[in-house]
Amino acid sequence: MLLDLQDVSKSYPTGEGVLQVLRGVSLALGAGESLALTGESGSGKSTLLHLAGGLDRPDSGAIRFEGKDIAGLGDRDLAAFRRVSVGLVFQQFNLIPSLDVRANLAFQARLGDRYDAAWTGRLTERLGLAGLLDRYPEQLSGGQQQRVAIGRALAGRPRLILADEPTGNLDEATGDAVLDLMLALMAETGAALLMVTHSTRLASRLGRRLHLAAGKLS
Amino acid sequence: MLTQGFVVLLSHWRRHKLQFAMLLLGLALATALWSAVQAINGEARASYARAAAVVGQDRLEQLARPDGTRFPQSGYIALRKAGWLVSPVIEGEKRFGAERLRILGVDPLTLPSEAAQVNVGAADIGLQRFITPPGVFIVSAETAERLKGVETPPLRISDALPPGMVLTDIGIAQGLLDAPGQVSRLLVAAKQPGHARPLAEVTPDLVRRAPPEESDLSRLTGSFHLNLTAFGFLAFAVGLFIVHSAIGLAFEQRRPAIRTLRAVGLPLGVLIMLMVVELLVLSTAAGLIGVALGYGVASLLLPDVAASLRGLYGAEVPGTLSVRPSVWGLGLAIAVAGTLASAASRLWRIASMPLLAPARPRAWSLASERALRLQAAGGLLLLAMAGLTVFLGSGLVAGFASLGAMLLGAALLLPIMLSALLKLGERLSTRVVAQWFWADTRQQLPGLSLALMALLLALAANAGVGTMVQSFRQTFVGWLDQRLPSELYVTTRSLDESRKVHDWLSSRSDAVLPIWNADLRLFGQPVQVFGVADHATYRDHWTMLEAVPDVWDRIARGEGVLANEQLARRQKLKLGDAIPLQAGVSLPLAGVFSDYGNPRGQVMMGVDGLVRLFPDASRLRYAVRIAPDKAPQLAAELRKAFGLPQGNVVDQETVKAFSLRVFERTFAVTAALNVLTLGVAGLAIFASLLTLSGMRLSQLAPAWAMGLTLRRLALLEVLRGAALAVFTMLAAAPVGLGLAWMLLAVINVEAFGWRLPMHLFPFDWLRLLLLAVASAALAALLPALWLTRRSPADLVKVFANER
Repeated sequence: MLLDLQDVSKSYPTGEGVLQVLRGVSLALGAGESLALTGESGSGKSTLLHLAGGLDRPDSGAIRFEGKDIAGLGDRDLAAFRRVSVGLVFQQFNLIPSLDVRANLAFQARLGDRYDAAWTGRLTERLGLAGLLDRYPEQLSGGQQQRVAIGRALAGRPRLILADEPTGNLDEATGDAVLDLMLALMAETGAALLMVTHSTRLASRLGRRLHLAAGKLS
Repeated sequence: MLTQGFVVLLSHWRRHKLQFAMLLLGLALATALWSAVQAINGEARASYARAAAVVGQDRLEQLARPDGTRFPQSGYIALRKAGWLVSPVIEGEKRFGAERLRILGVDPLTLPSEAAQVNVGAADIGLQRFITPPGVFIVSAETAERLKGVETPPLRISDALPPGMVLTDIGIAQGLLDAPGQVSRLLVAAKQPGHARPLAEVTPDLVRRAPPEESDLSRLTGSFHLNLTAFGFLAFAVGLFIVHSAIGLAFEQRRPAIRTLRAVGLPLGVLIMLMVVELLVLSTAAGLIGVALGYGVASLLLPDVAASLRGLYGAEVPGTLSVRPSVWGLGLAIAVAGTLASAASRLWRIASMPLLAPARPRAWSLASERALRLQAAGGLLLLAMAGLTVFLGSGLVAGFASLGAMLLGAALLLPIMLSALLKLGERLSTRVVAQWFWADTRQQLPGLSLALMALLLALAANAGVGTMVQSFRQTFVGWLDQRLPSELYVTTRSLDESRKVHDWLSSRSDAVLPIWNADLRLFGQPVQVFGVADHATYRDHWTMLEAVPDVWDRIARGEGVLANEQLARRQKLKLGDAIPLQAGVSLPLAGVFSDYGNPRGQVMMGVDGLVRLFPDASRLRYAVRIAPDKAPQLAAELRKAFGLPQGNVVDQETVKAFSLRVFERTFAVTAALNVLTLGVAGLAIFASLLTLSGMRLSQLAPAWAMGLTLRRLALLEVLRGAALAVFTMLAAAPVGLGLAWMLLAVINVEAFGWRLPMHLFPFDWLRLLLLAVASAALAALLPALWLTRRSPADLVKVFANER
């Protein structure tokens, strides 16, 4: 199993007390699989995604990646895990504003010593970014920025792609096009996909679908 | 509506307390340094005014010799007999213990009413006691304190006298000054009887002078105070960068609130008015804190300033400060004006912003290339103006204007230079983190550029002023060795003792060289004339800046005089020019010598000529040549033989040490202001980094998510501060050099009349670089530490709108 979450719980302190976001969630994702995570706002979808990507640690439970528990890793090892094993795509794109498209595309792959110029070149072509390489994020449209974010996530050929509402900021046509592209490229690399979405339409296009409500999977 | 609008505007500060504190602190510090300088200058000027006003010298006409030398009081008697209402005054210096005091002798019976600030007939003084020996010394409280334990006539204290001055009866003063029957000038009462004989008939050798518009002291010290003012203004300008930065950020952060306020019906005019009121309140509060702080700084600096003024100009300034409404008024005014000037462009932008303009909190940091290029063009224009002013303008104000234009021009050019440097760094980097580091640093530039410009100003000022001071010091030390070659320096207490000491020393030393001098007015300025003996000491040691070939022979034969550099420059004297020493007596200028640290003009002539032309010249001091190893014993024997106090026989080292001490104290104030300015600049960087740190999270979080640890990111933040400081120092170095050159070649020449060679001190510059790096890294440290303490939950908020 590529990703295996067992009985994961997570809470956050708030001004009105402790907010229990996830309550004993378990899920598994095999290599090359795709899974859509749906649910209402505040159901804990993004939190689950962040925990799976090593951005945060659970209060309890285990998160295993290729059999290795990442919940207990220190900052340095978690950072290494993110560099090498995970590709992240966010709703707000979160490109690095100071770098141009070319540098943004290569950033994570180069950080993780997994940069492959030929593969990045192919990705650039496939994503239709060849003419935009010298531009900065602020000079791009939303759809273009999201394509850069997908390229950045895939450039290092990670085994797991985590996408949080990747089309949430795009209109429907652009969103569909971006998702098509993402799924096609993932099929090429053999990466698994865990995607958070509000849209049941988009969720239906992935291999499996789980619904999160009040911190529990159904 | 007004209240609601104000509440919304002020709520920003409640949520951004640190930003608020930085704004207040920046403005308060800027005002503090400015006010400190104003308080010091105000105190000094009040003291000069008091000195000038004693016995009405600033209001009454006077009769005196054209050259300012004393004349017999028979002239006074003749004038009184001729019907003139005049009153005699004698003035001179006299040492009491370790204190050198200015004696002012007046005749209380004929003193015009306008001149009688001190009522000598008052019960605690008593006219009889005042005019009969031993007389009474009327002094300031500070002088009385300094004279404790020193043998003097009875002391009476008066607020009307400045420190270091003694008012006494003219008969008593003539005795103390060894000038029996002599007077320095006559005060002319404002109302004269109409029947008096013409002055030219009674005393043809005296000229009638209108009361001076500016006292000699205030003219002499003008440059010193202008220098202080310039430094104070620089510190204020540096502080203003913090204010500009903080206000700019606050305005941009409040754009959404402003848009909403306008959308719900608050008229634009009212909104602008509310913002102006807010700025007025803030600046007044900060101004009050600043002036109070300024008094604190001034009270710390004043002793050094007072010592410098005493050492350099003989100007007595009290060591304590009085609270002056003008300092408070000016401090508040400059705080308010500075704040409004800093906010003007923001207010204008708000005024011209369309109602539906997008609220982009980071818009301010995305300065366009065009704006940067415009700013750089402005910088180049200012640099060109600085160059033109320095070569075409003249005078101290033109010098400072040129300095200001150069500093501001360089500051305006800094962002584009840094941007180019950082771009180069990005291009040359091969590793991804390094590439991102340079690119990210370049992105921070707009937000940091004001603080970095302030740092550039502070560094350039430090480097430039430091180079000037060290160059001055090196030249001064070398010059002291030339000027003080004699082994001992002796000051006798009377003419009789002087003759005896001379005779006693003549048989026990290699040479006894008179240091005799007289005061005269030359070209309308007070000048000292010294007589020098024909001796190898002068020929071997004194280096002339320019001289006729046989200069010392001419001086010895009484066929020429020497002038110090400052007199020669001020009067544009050339070799061979006639120097009018007395009516009908002129001697050609045979040479110009350097005379660092002395603001007054000085003339040197053969000692025989001095005695002939100025019979009243002070003839009390000698330089003694003797084998250095025999000097201490001779000094001890001389003291014993004549009962001379320790301070009246001093060796070469003591005189040099004293001169150096005066030098060091003079520049202690400059050094303190330098450090404070650098501190303000450091604070500017800290304030900018702190306010930026809130926005940094969204820029750093993606890099963290992709695998950089927070610890590494924090380290890079500190390195970024250090790198920017290094680059700023690189840019500040040529500006500092230019500043040093202008201070040495333009400002010093205009202000003091001497030009010094420039020396470079690489280790001082290296130390400054380290200081800049350390302060910038330190400023970045706190935001970096905060970053390491961020929880993942804070960081992931950047990526998600929900959990």
